[in-house]
Amino acid sequence: MERCDLVIIGGGPAGLAAAIAAREAGVEDILLLERDRELGGILNQCIHSGFGLHTFQEELTGPEYARRYIQRVEELGISCLLDTMVLEVSPERMVTAVNTQQGLFQIQAGAVILAMGCRERPRGALNIPGFRPAGVYTAGTAQRLVNKEGLMPGREVVILGSGDIGLIMARRMTLEGAHVQVVAELMPYSGGLKRNIVQCLDDFGIPLKLSHTVVDIQGRERLTGVTLAQVDENRRPIPGTEEHYDCDTLLLSCGLIPENELSRGAGVALSPVTNGPVVDESLETSVPGIFACGNVLHVHDLVDFVSQEAAQAGRRAARYLSGGGERGEPVRLTAGRGVRYTVPAQVDPLRMEEDLTVRFRVDNEYRGAAVVVSAGEEILQRRKKLILIPGEMEEIRLSRKELLERPQLREITISLEVAP
Amino acid sequence: MTGYDAVIIGAGVSGAAIARELAKYEARVCVLERCEDVCCGTSKANSAIVHAGYDARPGTLMARLDVEGSYMIPQLARDLDFLYRNNGSLVLCMHEEDLPLLQELYERGRRNGVSALRMVTREEILAMEPHVREDVVAGMEAATGGIVCPFGMNIAFAENAAENGVEFRFDTTVTGFTHTREGWTVHTNQGDVEARTVINAAGVYADVLHNMVSTHKLHITPRRGDYYLLDKTTGGYAHHTLFQLPGKYGKGVLVAPTVHGNTIVGPTAIDIDDRDGVNTTAEGLEQVMRKAANIVKDAPLRQVITSFAGLRAHEDGHEFVIGEAEGAPGFFDCAGIESPGLSSSPAIGRMVAEMVRDKLLLRRKASYKATRRGIVNPAELPFEERRALIEENPAYGRIICRCEGISEGEILDAIHRPLGARSLDGVKRRVRAGMGRCQGGFCAPRVMEILAQELDLPMEEITKSGGGSRLIVGENKEGFGEEDSYGAV
Repeated sequence: MERCDLVIIGGGPAGLAAAIAAREAGVEDILLLERDRELGGILNQCIHSGFGLHTFQEELTGPEYARRYIQRVEELGISCLLDTMVLEVSPERMVTAVNTQQGLFQIQAGAVILAMGCRERPRGALNIPGFRPAGVYTAGTAQRLVNKEGLMPGREVVILGSGDIGLIMARRMTLEGAHVQVVAELMPYSGGLKRNIVQCLDDFGIPLKLSHTVVDIQGRERLTGVTLAQVDENRRPIPGTEEHYDCDTLLLSCGLIPENELSRGAGVALSPVTNGPVVDESLETSVPGIFACGNVLHVHDLVDFVSQEAAQAGRRAARYLSGGGERGEPVRLTAGRGVRYTVPAQVDPLRMEEDLTVRFRVDNEYRGAAVVVSAGEEILQRRKKLILIPGEMEEIRLSRKELLERPQLREITISLEVAP
Repeated sequence: MTGYDAVIIGAGVSGAAIARELAKYEARVCVLERCEDVCCGTSKANSAIVHAGYDARPGTLMARLDVEGSYMIPQLARDLDFLYRNNGSLVLCMHEEDLPLLQELYERGRRNGVSALRMVTREEILAMEPHVREDVVAGMEAATGGIVCPFGMNIAFAENAAENGVEFRFDTTVTGFTHTREGWTVHTNQGDVEARTVINAAGVYADVLHNMVSTHKLHITPRRGDYYLLDKTTGGYAHHTLFQLPGKYGKGVLVAPTVHGNTIVGPTAIDIDDRDGVNTTAEGLEQVMRKAANIVKDAPLRQVITSFAGLRAHEDGHEFVIGEAEGAPGFFDCAGIESPGLSSSPAIGRMVAEMVRDKLLLRRKASYKATRRGIVNPAELPFEERRALIEENPAYGRIICRCEGISEGEILDAIHRPLGARSLDGVKRRVRAGMGRCQGGFCAPRVMEILAQELDLPMEEITKSGGGSRLIVGENKEGFGEEDSYGAV
């Protein structure tokens, strides 16, 4: 059995950035395991632009963005195994993996960074009644077929869900000659970024129907049509609002789920809200020495923030490997009114970096609300926001200095102050 | 003559079981299947239960064949290498006033010859099954109840039959029959087939075929059952197959583990007209949720990974119709095979094969091979064995389906073995690639690629489940530049 200081599971944007940061923080012995045939993860099929605006102040395509990190990984000489599937991570950080070259093998890792990303919610999990014909794809599967294989999954398209991949695919399919008839969204607001609604739907005259869902799928072999209906405030279809669409393709962009099968096996505590690990200021999970970052931790909108977060995980894993440093009393971060969750869920002021980014999502669309960070009666921060929507991740910064000045502090609440 | 001794119509679990039993004799046997694969109708969409046999009315064929079948399956699972687990069944009585019915069920089971039936108290139930509702009154445990992989069993029967010389013709729809001096001419969309005997195992279509030849008419109603399949994270939610005792509040749904570690909940029982109406409906799925709540608490229905519907071939008399059709010598029916059809299938196979044997005076075949090796599942091998397997064949080291951990080696085997998979669903039923929580989101393009390569087909020809279920409509930008469809350019 081999040993390795740091094993990183996943060679997408999170794994790459974590590997680079860990090496730059002094970890020599790093092994990155990637299940696909190439590094870069889902970025490889995201051939549209809009990546890297924060990181590089440039508008890059997905593969271009990935390339910059892959090049850096190569420059740094970080070992990577491709086409390698991790089968198990034990609580003691024994990593079992398999590929065609090394076969089945085990590595005892000093630290592990989980960076497996997420998957799309499939049709089955959405409880859409009807037949089960060919022609029902998740948006990401269709994206892969079109962008990587050059194959068209269909010509007459209806899209359910206004997640970013669905919006991007509405434009992509249109550019490839398909006819995208409509995008239906169950919620009264879009699940994607505003810029994608404008650039991918509005610019192509594709209607977005909010508070609508698919209530029937027709076609015994290939999809022949779907029925849309409006939903009420409880998301129940309203009888009499059914509309039929003839189509051969239904794309689903109805949410992403962090892929935490390995984490679960390792005994990592998961949040029922994010479906990702519960982590502290170091992005360390409930299992010592196992860290998480990127979409396996919580689903992000922008890859730039994935890279930032993953770099932090890389640095913190490096610190863990060099002894970890002093521990203090943790401060719990609580999601208050209007806030679904926070990542991290707790911080140790002694261990946190000078400036810690706390990311969260709101539970509804809010206009003119303020984000309030409070410690008991004391308000630490209060920031007014024109608009807050669940589809865009929000963040606040906590300062180490501020926390150290309040040694009695045990809980910080992040909540919304909603305009009356 | 150039024809077959027996032509079996339908490659579902009944047809395949009959084929395997007939393969024991010196006979030319052919199975005609309208779909592209075995196990495409009722056999692929059911509760996957081996019923102990207490349910059917004593003296009926259903009662006899269910008990016989349930006793045969454990050995068959070993001989033919398919998944079966003897988890036991538990019938739950939820209302005091239904207690006499529970007693009745127990008596009926005894009369049907079901061994190992036991009345259990509320406390015993809650100790064994902590998710059962606290207000359960009493129950009956049937130790011989089990669960099985319905695809695995059907495919195993068919493969074993094929290995013993039975021919299978897919995409072949029977359109009619002509009685001949030697037996029957079976007309199909792929031409005529001559047969000395015909066996009608056509599921929900069995009455249509029967009525073409017999003076005594049958009437089958497709009875739809909607189901939920839950993620493997719910494994262990139910240990037994949990049934609600049918009582004055009607028939409930079952909650059961599957042999692969998922949880299955269902079915409804909705009579429909459409023999291909395997669409779930909102009402049906809602009913499943509601009824599950009658026996278990906090059913993890948020963990649904898929829902589906299957059709039971419900004959008006609610009895298996097995035997030579009236006015049609040499035409054997195997009709009305609804629940407990899966459990009964080995016994049905034996019974029908014996009828044909006696009709044609068939002799035992010396070369018959009764066992079959299934597809190796590397994940179930001990570490060193798995390592050795990958060393020998590296394809077992390349994971294609990440949710279920299925390797390229398994998929290749699924494609290249007798009656190999030719579609995404065919691969899925054999090795579970795409049957996990992402439902093929990640692996479907990879499996399509492997199918295209191994079957030497363009990607556009790869289907989800045969016929017109193509997955790809063409290449990018195709259609652009064609004036008639897009006007300009």
